[in-house]
Amino acid sequence: MIHFDNVTKVYANQNRPALDHVSVDVDKGEFVFLVGPSGSGKSTFLRLILKEERPNNGQIHVAGKDLARLSNWKIPHLRRRIGCVFQDFRLLPNKNVYENVAFALEVIGKPNRFIRKVVPEVVELVGLEGKAHRMPDELSGGEQQRVAMARAFVNRPMILLADEPTGNIDPATSIGIMKVLDRINRTGTTVVMATHDAAIVDSMRKRVVELEDGKIVRDQSRGVYGQAY
Amino acid sequence: MRTNFIFSEVWIGLRRNLTMTIAVIVTAAIGMALFGTGLLIRNQVSNMKGYWADKISISIYLCKKNDAMPRCKGRGAASEQERNDLKAALEKMPQVEEVKHETSDQAYALFKEQFKNSPTFVEMTKPEDLPESFRVKLRDQKDFKAVQEVAAGRPGVSSVQNQEDVLNTFFELLGKLQGSAIAIAIIQGLAAILLIGNTMRLAAYNRRRETGIMRLVGASNLYIQMPFLLEGVLAGLAGGLIAAVMLVIAKITVFDQLQNYFAFAVRLSWGAVAWNAVLAIVLGVLICAVASFVTLRRYLRV
Repeated sequence: MIHFDNVTKVYANQNRPALDHVSVDVDKGEFVFLVGPSGSGKSTFLRLILKEERPNNGQIHVAGKDLARLSNWKIPHLRRRIGCVFQDFRLLPNKNVYENVAFALEVIGKPNRFIRKVVPEVVELVGLEGKAHRMPDELSGGEQQRVAMARAFVNRPMILLADEPTGNIDPATSIGIMKVLDRINRTGTTVVMATHDAAIVDSMRKRVVELEDGKIVRDQSRGVYGQAY
Repeated sequence: MRTNFIFSEVWIGLRRNLTMTIAVIVTAAIGMALFGTGLLIRNQVSNMKGYWADKISISIYLCKKNDAMPRCKGRGAASEQERNDLKAALEKMPQVEEVKHETSDQAYALFKEQFKNSPTFVEMTKPEDLPESFRVKLRDQKDFKAVQEVAAGRPGVSSVQNQEDVLNTFFELLGKLQGSAIAIAIIQGLAAILLIGNTMRLAAYNRRRETGIMRLVGASNLYIQMPFLLEGVLAGLAGGLIAAVMLVIAKITVFDQLQNYFAFAVRLSWGAVAWNAVLAIVLGVLICAVASFVTLRRYLRV
């Protein structure tokens, strides 16, 4: 599903590479934690998958597509198959829960009939039934993140990327967020989650890829956060 | 393509940037109105030129009794002999199409007709104040010099006047008006472009959350840019429509008044006004659309 082959990324005006000869494979339906300290290259990894950045070296395949050969006008179609969740939720403050989720479908031209059918299903999937008409500022952080996850998942992407989704949320609420991610993963969606949260990684017992200074220092199935190697 | 969605986004964008939008509309309207006015002046001039083209003639004035003109000072009126010689000489010239003699009385009758609105002026003038003259019509107006050479030095001739010179002064004035209207229109057009650039930057900044999410969920470039582009186009359209209204007002209040100064039809047709109004609208929309598109590429990374 995601295939990195010897990928190196150096940002302009920086000497040290953000990713340094990274090779990794993520299969369809996998759940992968991306761990490592700040600046270790986790976010760069995610941005490369979305083709928001281009690698200086190496090849990236996402959902069977060679990103280097993907023309610019086809990037939106790539992104429709990838859902994204962020630490800061990125909801539209002037739209309610339903409208925030529906927005993701409206802007890719889905018909109204389809939107009216799918959005309530997804709102229920993330555990927000009955709150569809709340505004974002009437929701707790955990609930806002659920809205963001609903928006990321509403178009049934093949891959869900989560960049520190529990970063702004207390541990108890985080468990609920992880349950939703797990539920999404069980539908067959590949999930890649970058995180600092050791407790979550330890409790989930999923594959862990650890980055340090842009290099992969550990790739372990059913791993934990801080295990020595 | 979900038109409803795009138009609601356009509406929100226009309302949010109301002051800037108004500035764009006003600037575009003034620019396009001046551009249209410049074109109307051109039409008006060609209307008049077309009328005169086959009527322009040369006037050769003869000396009258006690004439104060330098050529005639100290001598009496032009004699019968002098008049006949001049007429014969003119008629011999191959460039001349027609020679007409106009007596003082005829000139006076014409004068009375032309100034019938100012009776005091007519009262002050007596028939003998107006010199008799020859009206010479040329096959080609460019041959004026040749006639002047033949006529100017002759005894009894007080002056030779090319009516085209008089008209040209008038046309030059109109030409300058047209030039300044177009020049100001260009400046206004540039101002409109810069304003649109600024408006688009503000709009893109205001809606960066929305566009960020649109990018992320895979909206196409067209979808992301369309609301902005339509904002620009609508502003240009509004400006162009206002300009069209201004052109209609200009025709009624200014151009049609010109008719009062002319004995023949120089009135601008409504067709010409409509054509220029459409041109102003199209140009307004085009300028705004292109300016929006170019600035969007800078401020809206896709």
